Amino acid sequence: MEHNTEFLKLLENDSRLTADQLAVMLDKEVGDIKKMITKYEKDGVILGYKTLVDWDKTDREYVTALIELKVAPQRDRGFDKVAEKIYNYPEVQSLYLMSGSFDLAVFIEGRTMKEVAYFVAQKLAPMEYIVSTSTHFVLRKYKDKGVVYGPCEVDERGLI
Amino acid sequence: MLDYSKILSGTVQGIKPSGIRKFFDLLGDRKDVISLTVGEPDFPTPYHIREAGIENLERGKTHYTSNNGMMELRTEICNYLNRRFHISYNPKNEVIVTVGGSEAIDLAVRAVVEPGDEVIIPQPAFVCYGPIVELAHGVPVYIETKAEDKFKLTPEALRAAITPKTKMLVLPFPNNPTGAVMDREDLEGIAEVLRGTNIVILSDEIYAELTYGFRHTSIASLDGMWERTITVSGFSKAYAMTGWRLGYLCAPAELTVQMHKIHQYAIMCAPTTSQVAAIEALRHGDEDIAMMAAEYNRRRKYIISGLRRMGIDCFEAEGAFYVFPYIGAYGMTSDEFCQRLLDERNVAIVPGNAFGACGEGYARISYAYSVEHIASALEQMERFIKG
Repeated sequence: MEHNTEFLKLLENDSRLTADQLAVMLDKEVGDIKKMITKYEKDGVILGYKTLVDWDKTDREYVTALIELKVAPQRDRGFDKVAEKIYNYPEVQSLYLMSGSFDLAVFIEGRTMKEVAYFVAQKLAPMEYIVSTSTHFVLRKYKDKGVVYGPCEVDERGLI
Repeated sequence: MLDYSKILSGTVQGIKPSGIRKFFDLLGDRKDVISLTVGEPDFPTPYHIREAGIENLERGKTHYTSNNGMMELRTEICNYLNRRFHISYNPKNEVIVTVGGSEAIDLAVRAVVEPGDEVIIPQPAFVCYGPIVELAHGVPVYIETKAEDKFKLTPEALRAAITPKTKMLVLPFPNNPTGAVMDREDLEGIAEVLRGTNIVILSDEIYAELTYGFRHTSIASLDGMWERTITVSGFSKAYAMTGWRLGYLCAPAELTVQMHKIHQYAIMCAPTTSQVAAIEALRHGDEDIAMMAAEYNRRRKYIISGLRRMGIDCFEAEGAFYVFPYIGAYGMTSDEFCQRLLDERNVAIVPGNAFGACGEGYARISYAYSVEHIASALEQMERFIKG
C-alpha cells in the first residue's frame, strides 16, 4: 500500500480534524478517509491520539529527566532486550537508541526529583548490561512536538 | 481659524475613503469577533528569512542601498521571474525594488498617466488603483467582471471600454477579492485586443504564487506584451512578509528610467534589511511557498465546500486566499448582511461592494486562518442564514 504522507502529516499535526474535513481538503470520499484511518490504526501506523498539555500552567507538581544510559549490547539481541525492559516501566515517557557517546536516551517523569532519583538508583542502574547512567533534570520545556510552550499566541494582524 | 478645505488639495479631498476601511471601523475594538477579514498570511515569515534580516542588523549593514535596490537582489528577482514565469528582465536597468507592491503601482501610474488619461480597471478589485489614478489626475474606467465569467476580464468587455484616451489597463490577477485567475488562454484574448494599440499594462501579480492546480501565467510572457507591460509583484503574500514592506516592478528600460526618478525623489530606496531578507527568500524559499500554498489550497477547498453545503452560491476561486460568495439571495444588501452577521453571530467578513459597486451582493471571505477558526466561523454563518 502506498502511504499517504500528506494525510498522515495533517493528522499528525491536528488529530481533531474530522473525516469530513479531511475528505474535502484532500479531494477524497468521507468513506475512503474513514477506511484509511481504520487501516492505519490496524497496521499500527497511527498509534494513538493525545493532547499537548502545558502542565506548567497548572498546579500539578511533576519533574522530567533525561537519563543517558551506556549499555553493553547483548549477543544477537543488540540493545532490544534491555530497551524492552526499560520501556515497560510506566514512568518511562520516551526511549531512543542513540548514536554518539551513550546508547539509550530515557525520558522519565516523576512527581519529585527524589522519586526520579530513586527510580534511577533502584531500577535502571542495577539492571543487567547497564554500564553507566547520567541523569539530567529538565528545568523548562520550551517546545515539544513542534509546539512552543509558553504564552498563548494571539493574532496580531491588524485591520488594514 | 484656518479653513483647511481651502488649504488642502481638491484632488485629495475628492478621494473617497476606502470601503474596506469603513467596515473595519465598524469592527472597531469589538471583542471575541471571529474574523475572516484579514488580507495577509497567517504564517509568520519563514525563520531562515527572518534570520537573514537579523544577521544583517547584527552586522550593522543599515545604510541606504542604491535607489533601484541592491544589485544582488535585482539579479535574484530576475532569476526568479525567469525560473517561475518565463519572463526575462535585465537586473541592471529593468527592475526597481519598491516599498511593497503598492509603491510599484503608484510609480507605474504616475509615470504613465497624464491629466485626463483613462485607466481601465476591472472590478471587483483591490481598493488602491482608482484613487492612485485620480491622484495622477487620470480617469479610472471600471469594467465589471461577472460571476458567470468566473470574474475574469473578457476581451469583449475590454474592447468596449477602450477609447482614444485609454492609456493603461490594470490587470489585477490572481484577484483580491474574488480569487479569480486569468490563465494563458484568457490572457491571449486580452493580448489580442491590445496588440496594435499603445496601451500599457499594469499587471499586479502579487498573488502569482497562490494559484491552485496550475501555474500562474505572466502576461509579459505573451507575444508583443513584454514591451508594454509593467509587472508588479512583491514578497508579502508568497513569502508571508507583509510587514517587511518589500515589492518590485519590472518593465522595459525606457519605462523604468522614468519610474526611477519618482522612486528616487519620493522614497530613496526600499528598507535595506528587508532587501537582504528578500535575497534569502528568493534563494531558499521555494519550499516555503509550496508548503504555504498547499495549506491554503486545503483551506480553500474546505471553505468553498462548507459554504456550498449550507446553500451559499460560491464561485470556485482558484487564486489568492479569498473566496467571494454570493450572499444576495438572503434579501439583504452586502452591508446589511455583513453588519447583521457581525451583530448576531460575531463573525466578520467584508462586504463585496467595498471592492467596487459591482461587488454588491457578494462578500469577501479570507481563508488565511486555521481550519479550526474557519470551521467555527462557518458554523456561526450557517446558524445566521438558517436562523
